[in-house]
Amino acid sequence: MKKNGVKMIKINSKNVDVYYGKKQALFNINLDIEENQVTALIGPSGCGKSTFLRCLNRMNDVIDICRVKGQIIINDFDINDKSCDVVRLREKIGMVFQKPNPFPKTIYENISYGPTIHGMAQSKNEMDEIVETSLKKAALWEEVKDRLHEPGTGLSGGQQQRLCIARAISVKPEVILMDEPCSALDPIATAQIEELIDELKKDHTIIIVTHSMAQAARVSQNTGFFHLGELIEHGSTDKIFKNPENKKTQDYITGRFG
Amino acid sequence: MFIFIVLLGFTSYYFGRRKAYTIQSTNKRLTALPQFYGYYLAIWCAIPAFIIFSLWAIFEPTIVKLLILSDYSNQGYLDDELNLIYEKTKALSRGQFTGEITPFIEASAEKYLSLRSIAQSSKAVIVLSIIIASVAYAYKKISSNSRTREPVEKFLKAVLFTASLAAILTTVGIVFSLIFQTIDFFKVIPLFDFVFGTHWYPAKAFVRDSSEALDPTMYSDTFGAVPIFAGTFFIAFIAMCVAIPIGLMSGIYLAEYASVKVRQYAKPLIEILAGIPTVVYGFFAALTVGPFLKEIGNSMGLDVSAESALAAGGVMGIMIIPFISSLSDDVITSVPQSLRDGSYAMGATKSETIKKVIFPAALPGIVGSILLGVSRAIGETMIVVMASGLAANLTLNPLESTSTITAQIVVILIGDQAFGDPKTQAAFALGMSLFLVTLCLNIVALRVVKKYREKYE
Repeated sequence: MKKNGVKMIKINSKNVDVYYGKKQALFNINLDIEENQVTALIGPSGCGKSTFLRCLNRMNDVIDICRVKGQIIINDFDINDKSCDVVRLREKIGMVFQKPNPFPKTIYENISYGPTIHGMAQSKNEMDEIVETSLKKAALWEEVKDRLHEPGTGLSGGQQQRLCIARAISVKPEVILMDEPCSALDPIATAQIEELIDELKKDHTIIIVTHSMAQAARVSQNTGFFHLGELIEHGSTDKIFKNPENKKTQDYITGRFG
Repeated sequence: MFIFIVLLGFTSYYFGRRKAYTIQSTNKRLTALPQFYGYYLAIWCAIPAFIIFSLWAIFEPTIVKLLILSDYSNQGYLDDELNLIYEKTKALSRGQFTGEITPFIEASAEKYLSLRSIAQSSKAVIVLSIIIASVAYAYKKISSNSRTREPVEKFLKAVLFTASLAAILTTVGIVFSLIFQTIDFFKVIPLFDFVFGTHWYPAKAFVRDSSEALDPTMYSDTFGAVPIFAGTFFIAFIAMCVAIPIGLMSGIYLAEYASVKVRQYAKPLIEILAGIPTVVYGFFAALTVGPFLKEIGNSMGLDVSAESALAAGGVMGIMIIPFISSLSDDVITSVPQSLRDGSYAMGATKSETIKKVIFPAALPGIVGSILLGVSRAIGETMIVVMASGLAANLTLNPLESTSTITAQIVVILIGDQAFGDPKTQAAFALGMSLFLVTLCLNIVALRVVKKYREKYE
């Protein structure tokens, strides 16, 4: 989306290095993420694309031995700064994981979890509304509206993943991070999720890590290619797939390695 | 003799294997590995010998006794007197007899000794010949295409089956002895009096003159189990009041907050608590905690008994902490990391995640661990015997002394017991009810734990 012909940059990362203990996992990553666009991160396994994704909402804090250096600026604010409130940050930046991980609670409670801990609903009605709109946005409402109070773990894999997406958007995040959201799903569920991603980019900035190049080509507007902890090339998806500058990118795209 | 058979078994193993190797060296293919031929032969050597050996051990004394006593059979002795004569004979033959030696008994003792030596040597001969015969038979059967693997495997299966059967049969036996003695008890004492009576005073049964006829009405106010049931649950309740919060919180700390290094040292330390013998906890409660509580209570103007339910329950709680802590730590650790990630990614803090996601997910397992703790508290004996007193008071004051089922069983069965006496049978009735309570608790706990497992595996 363009505003006055200038692309809006949502996330701006500068010289990001990540270490696991003594091993360096990411080397000097500089990547800008455009607002209300889908950015795909591709690359072979272990190249650091998931690690980079987890930097963006500081999920790497959970791992004891992980250290992050460099600046990641979101809304003019460096999230690696000491003054950054991780709770507020994660409210603004939601995340969907590789394996669907609904909480062992009812469908309703899964969605209301985020709004409750952030105190977003003042009354039961308000909460009902948040749950309904979140599920509708995640294209799950029609399937579960009659069984909101049954456990979320009883849904199918694709439904569970959409439930997790609904859970992520319930707190109205500005950015949604998706870490291989379709790798545990069948083709039909994958198609549903991809459709959903396209829908969601109206309101959210989306960054998706994927192993499927076809998926990156289908859903994203921008693509970044990672290899061995370095960002080799990034740009519009069209350009990366049709006319890559770097030899490695071309080899990977054409399936010569990875 | 026993060692001899084992040695023979080993030897035949080597013979069997050697024969198999020789067959192999003539370029014939064996149907099993050479070891199987060895095992096959060893089994054939040892098993028939052991069967004969044990049959002999069972029947020899009976037969010898019959032969000895046949000398006395026409002299009009009573069974009891015959038994006495036999015991005297045996004692004399061992040179341990101290009474008056009659020529009759002397003659029997000599006969006894000669019978024993005949039995010994004939046993040796028979067992040896059986071994030789069976080994020879099996050795002949070994050839390149004889099947040895299947019999050996079947034999192993049979051994394992016998072992598990023994364990189950013992349990069944214990349960049945409990049931029959309990039924006998309730023939004398009405079930109603036992379950609803509020007065427990088994000492009354001690003073009965055993030659007097049994008069059930005399016990009408003796075996009312309410006070000791109440005492049991009361002390278990105090114990759980100590164990659940501390155990659970330390479990949560270990699983969620403690760094790898702290956990590495803290967990074994807590588990050491579980390794302390309950006797040690018992005298800790009786000699340290009890008097300490009494002193504190006195200084506050309270009347505290030196043997209080509080001291026993509190120490019992400390004993149970490691169970609850260690089990709930395991359960919490096994909650998938993805759930934690999901919660953190929503912006939840650590305590919110624990309270709202991890705890509910781990709850069935935690409940299971608590129930196991309760059943331990109810079955615990040493601490209550030493620290909570033996008088069965019906009280809800933690500062007074009460008594529990286990402590009463100890009181009843210490020292001499008379079988068929209501006092002794009361112990069985108590044991039975204790068994039922802990059985139910364990079943419920295992169910809950299993249900939880199904969810995440």
